[in-house]
Amino acid sequence: MKRSRIIMIIGALLPLGLFIFPLWNITLEAPQYPIPLGMNIYINDFADANPHDIKNINIMNHYVGMKYIPDAIPEFKIFPAGILISSFIGLIIGFKLNFKWFLGWFILMITLSLAGMYDFYLWEHDYGHNLDPKAIMKFTNADGTVMGFQPPLFGTRDILNFKAHSYPRFGALFLALGMGLSFLSYFIGKKESRQRVAT
Amino acid sequence: MKNTSKIVAGLFSVAMLFTSCNNSDSSTKSNGALSSSAAEKVYVAPGEHDEFYAFISGGFSGQLAVYGLPSGRLFKVIPVFSVDAEKAYGFNEETKPMLNTSHGFIPWDDAHHPDISQTAGELDGRYVYINGNNTPRIAKIDLTTFETTEIIEIPNSAGNHSSSYVTENTEYVVAGTRFGVPVPQRDISIKEYKGNFKGALSFIKVDQEDGGMEIDFQILMPGFDYDKAHPGRGDSHGWFFFTTYNTEEAHTLLEVNASQNDKDFIAAVNWQKIAEYVKNGGGKKMPANYAHNVYDEHTHSATSTMKKEVLVVDPTEVPGAFYFLPTPKSPHGCDVDPSGEYIVGSGKLSADVTVHSFSKMIKAIEDKKFAGEAYGIPILDFEAIHAGSVKQAGLGPLHTEFDGKGYGYTTFFISSEVVKWKLGTWEVIDRKPTYYSVGHLMIPGGNSRKPFGKYALAMNKITKDRYLPTGPEVTQSAQLYDITGEKMELLLDFPTIGEPHYAAGIPADMIKGKSKKLYKLEDNKHPYAALSDADTKVVRDGNTVHIYMTMIRSHFSPDNIEGVKVGDKVYFHVTNLEQDYDVPHGVSIIGANTSELLIMPGQTETFAWEPKQVGVWPFYCTDFCSALHQEMQGYVRVSPKSSNIELSWSLGEDDEDEDEE
Repeated sequence: MKRSRIIMIIGALLPLGLFIFPLWNITLEAPQYPIPLGMNIYINDFADANPHDIKNINIMNHYVGMKYIPDAIPEFKIFPAGILISSFIGLIIGFKLNFKWFLGWFILMITLSLAGMYDFYLWEHDYGHNLDPKAIMKFTNADGTVMGFQPPLFGTRDILNFKAHSYPRFGALFLALGMGLSFLSYFIGKKESRQRVAT
Repeated sequence: MKNTSKIVAGLFSVAMLFTSCNNSDSSTKSNGALSSSAAEKVYVAPGEHDEFYAFISGGFSGQLAVYGLPSGRLFKVIPVFSVDAEKAYGFNEETKPMLNTSHGFIPWDDAHHPDISQTAGELDGRYVYINGNNTPRIAKIDLTTFETTEIIEIPNSAGNHSSSYVTENTEYVVAGTRFGVPVPQRDISIKEYKGNFKGALSFIKVDQEDGGMEIDFQILMPGFDYDKAHPGRGDSHGWFFFTTYNTEEAHTLLEVNASQNDKDFIAAVNWQKIAEYVKNGGGKKMPANYAHNVYDEHTHSATSTMKKEVLVVDPTEVPGAFYFLPTPKSPHGCDVDPSGEYIVGSGKLSADVTVHSFSKMIKAIEDKKFAGEAYGIPILDFEAIHAGSVKQAGLGPLHTEFDGKGYGYTTFFISSEVVKWKLGTWEVIDRKPTYYSVGHLMIPGGNSRKPFGKYALAMNKITKDRYLPTGPEVTQSAQLYDITGEKMELLLDFPTIGEPHYAAGIPADMIKGKSKKLYKLEDNKHPYAALSDADTKVVRDGNTVHIYMTMIRSHFSPDNIEGVKVGDKVYFHVTNLEQDYDVPHGVSIIGANTSELLIMPGQTETFAWEPKQVGVWPFYCTDFCSALHQEMQGYVRVSPKSSNIELSWSLGEDDEDEDEE
């Protein structure tokens, strides 16, 4: 089998790592939490970084009127299906179709990932801004608007007494690597086809 | 000329050196380099951890205090034999059975000698055992929760003082009686003491899985006073040694009458032989009545069981298992060096420390070098077993520990000092004063095969002017010495709770990682637990009302309860739903004739309240738990006895909702 196909197939398989490793992690640091509170986001679950972290994040957040982190969201069904289907498509492309499709799969994955990120942003925004009107503590910004508590999409941000970190985890690395390999396989495939034409 | 002046200057500086040395030796109040280094040695920076845990007995407080060394900071007072209103120990329904005895509920005892469980003669850091002296009991403290989880009463015993020492693999915890008593107890004249009173030595078998205790056998020794004890180590493993005084068997004015014999005994007991004898059907079962109280970490509750029988052994029926080692002047401390060869008896009315040799003892037994017998137990010839004496070491030796480097450290009560001496040569190496009148001392692991010979902690009976005065009653103290050098160096003294009789120390790294952070809610098997808000309810059963309540930052559920009546007995069963480290909640209500509850995350505790007055009575969280702690409160409406208001309970219902009902 040609090198480009092998790379494409590996690339198509790598996103399956998301079923094992978390995609994202949000960590909250504060002086009273020498071991920070953390939540790992899997494609099908929110999980404690350390036992009971989500429960304790909920207890903290209820003071400012934030909703409880849900046990399940519709995305937990959609994302795994999306990953399975796109890996399957990637495999078909890797085995059967020519290198131009490799680029096609890469673009598909970029689009899906961006859509996922946007969806995540929307959820975060709602989580951080859709506050209980009977919140125990209400904070306003300097301009008088109600303060939101949205964690950053990517990076680190101070939220009241907490420092919130939001960064990709191992699962995201698998996804990115898979996409990177499909992109690479496109160029290798292109080179291989030129060589074939030349010979 | 130049050279001469150099020599003169040199001599002068040497003289200075001597002078300053003398100064620092003679005055502990020196502000020189030495004292500043002492400060550095005990300084544990904010947020840093101490190197050792020290479990220091509270004596007449009945409790066990947990300190850090070298800082001397107090972390926790573990309630053991005395009620503790702060922690609801002995007040809540769950722990009341812990203090049950054959004499009923006893809210106090005198806690003496903590000892840490061992494996192969080395500290293993699983449990601390400690004796209650007055109403004889042994308690077990679990070092994952730092809570008392078991107490067993010792029948046929009185003044449970030569206790609670563990054998090399924690096969047994041993409890010896200090006061001879009639066995079984009966109505006889005190004057009939001699020959009729017994001293029971109890061997409590330890369950290797959970540290649980069960009396395997009691040896009914002659009615001497068994003062202190220590297990053999290494070659002497299998033996136990008990110091005795009052071999005169006096029953009145003991200070004179029990101090007449030039030598009393160390009783050497071959417990392995007796265990074997008992296993093969030896000994005699006799009726008894003693409490065995066990706290279950999952039900968060204790149960008390009365035991009705105990196996007793007559020492004359197990030949070769008992010998008396003559030891001068009412020995107190009985200590075995890490090798197991030397048995140190501290004759408390003597100036010398007497050391016996285990190997010589075995040889003397083989050679039948006996000097007589007492109640059928052979007395070994003193010269045949004597290894040596630390001569004129001080006045009133009490207790010895070892540093594992070939030295013993003995406390002297009367001359108020700690004396360091060399095993084998028996020469005194150093002495340092204590402030004042030291009892025991402790080197972490210093009574085991593997001492951690960095610090010695002396525990003093008297402090007089050492601290700011607090009226006639002033604190007791502990003093920390650096023992890494040839000479000991006093680093620190700090006040203690109650009267520290003895302590057990262990490197912090051996246990701190095992310290529990919380109780898992899913493991909570308390019969009245409410594990979520959905489980909360109020149930009436005649005049008894059970409230299944939860607490979490920052509310109780339910927090409004109506339908309680005067004359009811109301049980608040409160579960802390938190699952975060260091988030306890407390609770109490006006007029509760008991203590607050202080409930750890995942735990359920119960207090009883008998409302006597009609009204609406608030309850609240007594532990500042959160920013909304002040809001963590609720009400119970108490109606007249004749009222027919039904029980109702709620949380967070608005007034409108109630109107709809």
